[in-house]
Amino acid sequence: MPEAGCAQPAEDVQMEKELQDLFAKWRGVKGSLIPILQGAQEIYGYLPKEVLLQIARELKLPPSRVFGVVTFYAQFHLEPRGRNIVRVCLGTACHVRGASKVYERLQDEIGVGDGETTEDLRFTLETVACLGCCGLSPVVMINDDTHGRLEPENLKGIVDQYE
Amino acid sequence: MQLVRAHVLVCGGKNCTASGSEQVREAFAKELEKKKLDQEIRLVETDCHGFCEMGPLVIVYPEGTFYVRVTAEDVPVIIEEHLVKGRPVDRLLYKAPVKEDEIPKYKELDFYRKQHRVALRNCGSINPEKIEEYIARGGYASLEKAIYDLTPEQVIEETKTSGLRGRGGGGFPTGLKWEFCRRSPGDLKYLICNADEGDPGAFMDRSILEGDPHSLIEGMAIAAYAIGCSEGYIYCRAEYPLAIKRLKIAIAQAEELGLLGDNILGTDFSFTLHIKEGAGAFVCGEETALMASIEGKRGMPRVRPPFPAQKGLWDKPSNINNVETYANVPMIIGKGADWFGSMGTEKSKGTKVFALTGKVNNTGLVEVPMGVTIRDIIFEIGGGIVGGKEYKGVQIGGPSGGCIPASLMDTPVDYESLIEAGAMMGSGGLVVMDETTCMVDLSRFFLNFTQSESCGKCTPCREGTKRMLEILTRICEGEGVPEDIETLERLGRVIKSTALCGLGNTAPNPVLSTLRYFRDEYEAHIYDKRCPAHACSALLVYTIDEEKCSGCGRCARACPAGAITGEKKEPHKIDPEKCIKCGSCIESCKRGAILRL
Amino acid sequence: MKLTNREELKKYREEAQKEISARNAEEIRVIVGMGTCGIAAGARDFMTAVLEEVNNRNLQVTVTQTGCIGMCEQEPLVDVQRPGEERVTYGKVKPSDAARIIVGHVMHGNIVEDLVIARFEEV
Repeated sequence: MPEAGCAQPAEDVQMEKELQDLFAKWRGVKGSLIPILQGAQEIYGYLPKEVLLQIARELKLPPSRVFGVVTFYAQFHLEPRGRNIVRVCLGTACHVRGASKVYERLQDEIGVGDGETTEDLRFTLETVACLGCCGLSPVVMINDDTHGRLEPENLKGIVDQYE
Repeated sequence: MQLVRAHVLVCGGKNCTASGSEQVREAFAKELEKKKLDQEIRLVETDCHGFCEMGPLVIVYPEGTFYVRVTAEDVPVIIEEHLVKGRPVDRLLYKAPVKEDEIPKYKELDFYRKQHRVALRNCGSINPEKIEEYIARGGYASLEKAIYDLTPEQVIEETKTSGLRGRGGGGFPTGLKWEFCRRSPGDLKYLICNADEGDPGAFMDRSILEGDPHSLIEGMAIAAYAIGCSEGYIYCRAEYPLAIKRLKIAIAQAEELGLLGDNILGTDFSFTLHIKEGAGAFVCGEETALMASIEGKRGMPRVRPPFPAQKGLWDKPSNINNVETYANVPMIIGKGADWFGSMGTEKSKGTKVFALTGKVNNTGLVEVPMGVTIRDIIFEIGGGIVGGKEYKGVQIGGPSGGCIPASLMDTPVDYESLIEAGAMMGSGGLVVMDETTCMVDLSRFFLNFTQSESCGKCTPCREGTKRMLEILTRICEGEGVPEDIETLERLGRVIKSTALCGLGNTAPNPVLSTLRYFRDEYEAHIYDKRCPAHACSALLVYTIDEEKCSGCGRCARACPAGAITGEKKEPHKIDPEKCIKCGSCIESCKRGAILRL
Repeated sequence: MKLTNREELKKYREEAQKEISARNAEEIRVIVGMGTCGIAAGARDFMTAVLEEVNNRNLQVTVTQTGCIGMCEQEPLVDVQRPGEERVTYGKVKPSDAARIIVGHVMHGNIVEDLVIARFEEV
């Protein structure tokens, strides 16, 4: 079951309230669909179908428009995600400095492939095109922490820091 | 177990003992025991440090505090002050003669000698979260000058005269762009900053956003005044959380001082600035796609004309420039077009920031006058190739750019010369490659990127890049056929001339430029099934040199596929059928007996 | 406080300059490069170590931050500025180097030679 599904009703109420606050904040602002989606994903961790429908109603948009935007951008997710988001940079600089070996080792350490989430929802593994830390390549970003100058051997120690 | 938190080293060298180090050591031993510190602080006697004229010497670790001419009477003071309270005893400390002169100045470092920092003028020296530091260095004086002393037309004229061209890739004259937008009919016009730095291998804009956000804000405010915009957007990629945080702080500070918002500095010029976070789509770096994204739509490009200057954001005339371009503006207005025009070449004025990465010794951000050579950047500033390997070429301009081979390293970096060499300035990523980088594999890497980032709106880009990627993948896997090269060239030409937007138009560049300069590598892959750089694993063959193999069995144990067999102390063999070409055996062999061909 | 004319901006600038030069004349400053690269290379851990050293020793030192100066290869970077002396940059600093820099340079003006990279010319 997804996390949101088995959450306590109290948490549901809290999240619903946050969503309403988010709507209130953007009401009347032009071009608010993407910031609202970003905010809703902050609240729920991903974008459940019911929430997308609520957003469509709030903005008086056809659900297809909302869905179209969600699937266009890499940032939005329709499935629950892990507590820790591991992003492996496969940018040019990382590529020429051995990012693929880092990526392979990470897949082994975490046990899932690109875009997948571990069953215990501990990790989601993703690849990105560039994190802009090319001077420290190869680079991996876990949540908001950027880890640079990596060797495949260091990865276990780094991954273990995240529960 | 008791942890030792400090070590006290007392010199037991001959000269120090002569000057009384024995007594000092005993005093420490006694005093530490008395204070019950002898468990957590360890006393060590050392050999001569060769600094005998200052003895007896005492060194306290972990800090490495160096005490000279210590006497037994000083010991209780050192223990009480330093070891208990953590305050080193000043009067006993060794004071080195001031050595400032021996430390190189920034300007004397190879890395900075040829640099000229205009857009990066404050990065790394001011606190980016404090507007007063920016203002103390003359910040916002150019905005003041523009709105009080110059008409909008004069600001545009000055920008045109300076020769500033767009730093985001295209190199369109900035002043001219502003003029188009200013002349466009309409009261409401938008000013946009493209901070969606999506090119892999580029981070110059991030550095400005994080290190000197006010230079961007001031540049945008000046542009807004010149064009007649009252509202602006900074579209920043979400992968840069720190940049967004610092921008928000900077905007709030500027608003508080009345440098943004209504009636800036008491005049009737008003300008409000918003931040829009990108949502992860490379194509949004294209201006029409970016505007669609701000409007809350799928970020797909549209046909131009109409150009943004006529019909842009929400169908209003809009001007869009990138971060580095705006960051140059305050310097042009402040120091004048002539000053700016004195740097660079005839057609490419000013400086450009490059992100120097890859197999180069000094990676980093480099700002140089236009027209310096690739050689200067890589070998003088960058300090040459890592590990002394052979320099093969540089990929310039990211997935839209091209590869420039070692033979052309005296090419000056300016807009025209780079186009001529089959690359482009792009946003300024420079990825240096050595002999171990396979050019076919690199082209495949870029195509893979553009292909997955293609928005799918136009056929040449959606289908064409996919077919090119398929061919490149096949070549890398050793299944290339002779006509592949020609097909790649034809596809490349067609996509270049027919795709809808910049992403598609430039997508074939990495392939076409490597075909131009490194055709022999493609041919080696296709005809000889060989990867000259030993990078494409499908084309590698691992063998064991029987002369060198001692039969230790390490490789057989390291092999995850069980492909290596052999008797103990006899030369081993690799079964090519089972070998998965992972390279584990090479790493495990201590005698260098395994060869990769 | 809104600045509503040129005079006020000028005054604000002069105040800021005065404040900064007074600060540079009195305070010892440790400036950590806190761009994304710096943080990725360990600048935050280093800053924590510096703060610990400063607190343990009860020092009057301002620990502050700056953006990326471009020398990614040398990150994390930290500058030390003592009153009336030039600002000196150290590179590839580890948390374990904090004590040496604090005791050696910050407290006693002895530049830690093996970590130093360069000095700024302006005081």
